[in-house]
Amino acid sequence: MHPAMGKDPLALLPEICLLVGAVTTLLAGSFLARDRQWLTRLVALAALLASGVAAAAALTGDPLTVYGTTFAVDTATGVARLVVVGSTLLVIALGTEEVRGRPRESETYALLLLSSLGATVMAAASDLLVLAVSFLLASIPLYGLIGMTRGPRAAEAALKAYLLGALLNILLLLGSVVLYGVGGATAYADLRAGLAGAPAAAVAIGLLGVLAGLLFKAGGVPGHFWVPDAAQGAGVTAAAFLTTVPKIGALVAAYRLVSVLPDSVSWPLLVAVLAALTMTLGNLAAFAQDDVRRLLGWSTVSQVGYLLMPVAVAGTSSDALPALLVYLAAYAVTNLAAFAVVAAVPERRSVADARGLAASAPVLGGALLVALLSLVGTPPTAVFLGKLSVFTATWEGGMAWLVVVAAANTVASLFYYLRWIAPAYRPGERTGGPEPHRPLATVTAVVAALSVLVLLPALSGLLPAVQDAVVAR
Amino acid sequence: MTVLSLIVFLPLAAAAVLALVRLPDGAARWAWLALTVADLVLVGVAVAAYETPPDGGLALEQRARWIPSVGSSYHVGVDGLSLPLVVLTAVLFAACAVYALREQRRPRAQAALFLFLQSTCLGLFVAQDLILFFLFFDLSIVGMYFAIAGWGHGDRARSALKFFLYTFLGSLALLVGFIGLYLAADPHTFDIPELVAAAPLQDSPVTGGWVLAALLLGLAVKTPTVPFHTWLPPAHTDAPAIGSAILAGVLLKMGTYGFVRIAMPVLPDAWQDWAWVLITIGVVSALYGALVALAQTDLKRMIAYTSVNHMGYVVLAVGAAGLVGSGETARELAVTGAVTQMVSHGLTTGALFLLAGVLHQRRGSYAMDEYGGLAAPAPRFAALFAVGAFASLGLPAFSGFIAEFQVFTGSIGATPVAAVALLGILLTAALFLRAVQRLLTGRTTGLSVGFPDLHLRETVAAGGLLALSLLVGIVPWPLLDLIAPAAESVVDLVSR
Repeated sequence: MHPAMGKDPLALLPEICLLVGAVTTLLAGSFLARDRQWLTRLVALAALLASGVAAAAALTGDPLTVYGTTFAVDTATGVARLVVVGSTLLVIALGTEEVRGRPRESETYALLLLSSLGATVMAAASDLLVLAVSFLLASIPLYGLIGMTRGPRAAEAALKAYLLGALLNILLLLGSVVLYGVGGATAYADLRAGLAGAPAAAVAIGLLGVLAGLLFKAGGVPGHFWVPDAAQGAGVTAAAFLTTVPKIGALVAAYRLVSVLPDSVSWPLLVAVLAALTMTLGNLAAFAQDDVRRLLGWSTVSQVGYLLMPVAVAGTSSDALPALLVYLAAYAVTNLAAFAVVAAVPERRSVADARGLAASAPVLGGALLVALLSLVGTPPTAVFLGKLSVFTATWEGGMAWLVVVAAANTVASLFYYLRWIAPAYRPGERTGGPEPHRPLATVTAVVAALSVLVLLPALSGLLPAVQDAVVAR
Repeated sequence: MTVLSLIVFLPLAAAAVLALVRLPDGAARWAWLALTVADLVLVGVAVAAYETPPDGGLALEQRARWIPSVGSSYHVGVDGLSLPLVVLTAVLFAACAVYALREQRRPRAQAALFLFLQSTCLGLFVAQDLILFFLFFDLSIVGMYFAIAGWGHGDRARSALKFFLYTFLGSLALLVGFIGLYLAADPHTFDIPELVAAAPLQDSPVTGGWVLAALLLGLAVKTPTVPFHTWLPPAHTDAPAIGSAILAGVLLKMGTYGFVRIAMPVLPDAWQDWAWVLITIGVVSALYGALVALAQTDLKRMIAYTSVNHMGYVVLAVGAAGLVGSGETARELAVTGAVTQMVSHGLTTGALFLLAGVLHQRRGSYAMDEYGGLAAPAPRFAALFAVGAFASLGLPAFSGFIAEFQVFTGSIGATPVAAVALLGILLTAALFLRAVQRLLTGRTTGLSVGFPDLHLRETVAAGGLLALSLLVGIVPWPLLDLIAPAAESVVDLVSR
């Protein structure tokens, strides 16, 4: 139990910034003329920056829970906030050229901010009710974002996401009710004790329900069906966002949830099997994809598999949480680097269209190479460090078999990433000077790709601090 | 920054400059050559500064903070096992730069890529940290993938993909093994000398066996040994000449070097348990590689399969070194022979692949049937190819003889079963003599008619490598004096 348990609104400053930013963006957008809508972008960026600064400042403080024990402000929350805010900044940067001047520009920013807010609250939730609210807050703006581009594919993807989300949301609520019923509390701090003597079957049912909802947000099996459709059908801004930010909240939330479960339920095995299924299915499905966005959609499914590994060993490995956070940060930046390349040359939609990219736009070719090799897990990129930490923690947690499965999956994943890299580095048919590409998205791709390469030392410097903080908790 | 770091990162820095600055083609080619020569000079400085460290330690050591959170540091150093391979790497890359002086296809990009590749190869041989080792191991695969896919011929995309997937499987197996070692050590560390000192899995034979199995899988794919060799022939056939020379000459050594650097000293018990498996794999690789090479009609595939044969001798020797019951001197001899064989194979096979590249560059074919009587139109080519063939089959006065003599004396001293692999020498002799006969002798027919002889750059590149092989064959003691103390300490470590 932590000493400070008061009602301290300042502890929620990062979230407040996002909320105020979203409301301001929405209101300003309805008053501003079409050619002044860019102001809302500035508001959104300012809100994100303010939230990031507040989150960074909060990271140095002692871990505490506020509003009773419903909202944890600790290292995990702090890192999740920073990753969410950083990711959303990158999403706006890579998507500006797509969204600029569109009829729904300000709404896009408002929805991005609201969904980011949902993701951070989800990561911090230490109470089933807050978790349920954050699920809605993160999901509903997402449905709107997916359908924003107004194509038939977007409509289908939005409907699919909505229906699946609604169904799994009900399961999440149902699971929460069951856990509340047998545990006698919704706050995790009390639930831990309450569930210890509860009937195992009921706890298992409750866990399955809540986990199903979280897996929808994370895009893991069995809640993954909407991800590839949405990645392909939605605009590239929405696609980049929905394959990155919701996962951050959902996976930290899953970690917090399983940490309170009693040993009477073999949840580590359940999560491990889900992880293995998710990575394998994502990889197998990605093999045959020709549309690069759909390919990235399936690739994110497989990445969730690796991200679930530290959740599976949450109770047995002391390095599980740092590994999860490092992988989340590394994955988010890497995935956005790949999407930024897609956003910079949006007319290159299929894998075959990538032909000659490195020759006509060397910078984009380089960024794509770094991003995809990082997704594979090649050193010295960021995801390699993530994979190394995750594999180590998982083995330490007694699940060496899962490490072997993940290693085999990593080899398999190389195949489809190479299907994209290879044509990009083949000489193209294009002649006549450099290719036109969106400059801002290109800069974003370069920045993200450089972070993937340079983030490694930065992250590795931070890691001991995170480890200490987690141990001290 | 010590001389080793400079040796490793000079090519990398040059690669970055070449990739970014749009130099004209000619300047890029000469800049590449100048940099490989400069790196070779630095390696010479390192060799001059090298003194055999006492107690099996490291020379020219440097250690700096890198990823402290996972117990990994930037730790480099050389000893008698790695320094010969560092020299070999620098020599081979310089030879490739000479050979490619007339390259027409994107020479600037090629120079940048090969400089990058050179950094990864040198880095691997000086790495004294498992994560650093893995980093260079993986990046060398990436670099070679682009070399084959970008400058190869034939079905190069497919061959490059097969190479990447297959060796990446090996690298992931290695990573799993490394994590196993890391977790077994207390405190957790990836540092190779610390792991060697701790030998962490001595008391847990089951885990030790599994970890060694993962390491062996990773290294065996790279070496390659039967049955993990199937990526090698297509990769060689479709790779450019200099790509093949580097692949065979340097990249294959990463596998065998991993045995003596990591697997043997860190997991002595498991290695002793697995010694017979390794001896069997070695013998089978040597014989199978030679037999399949005998059946080839494509010159480059034939040379590729002789690599499987030659690497089989190395695996046989390091396997025999694990037979603790037998004489220590014999086992030390076997390990010394294994390291000598790595150097020797790099020189001779590198030269042969460069010469095979000449055939393809002139006539677009490696099929031995389509040539004949090359000695008349191309005497320089014929002379160098014949010398290369004799050097590769282990004729006395060449490095191959020194290496194989020690491998067999040592291995047979440890176990008479090793004598079975002697058949491999016979088969290699037969296949090389047949290749010489088919290509060079007789009436000038087919594609040989009007075949232009070697240019100066081709003569210098291939001839230089063969001259070094001759030098090692005639004056072997400087190399053996370098290797022997390190081989002794490896045998001591594996006998624990």
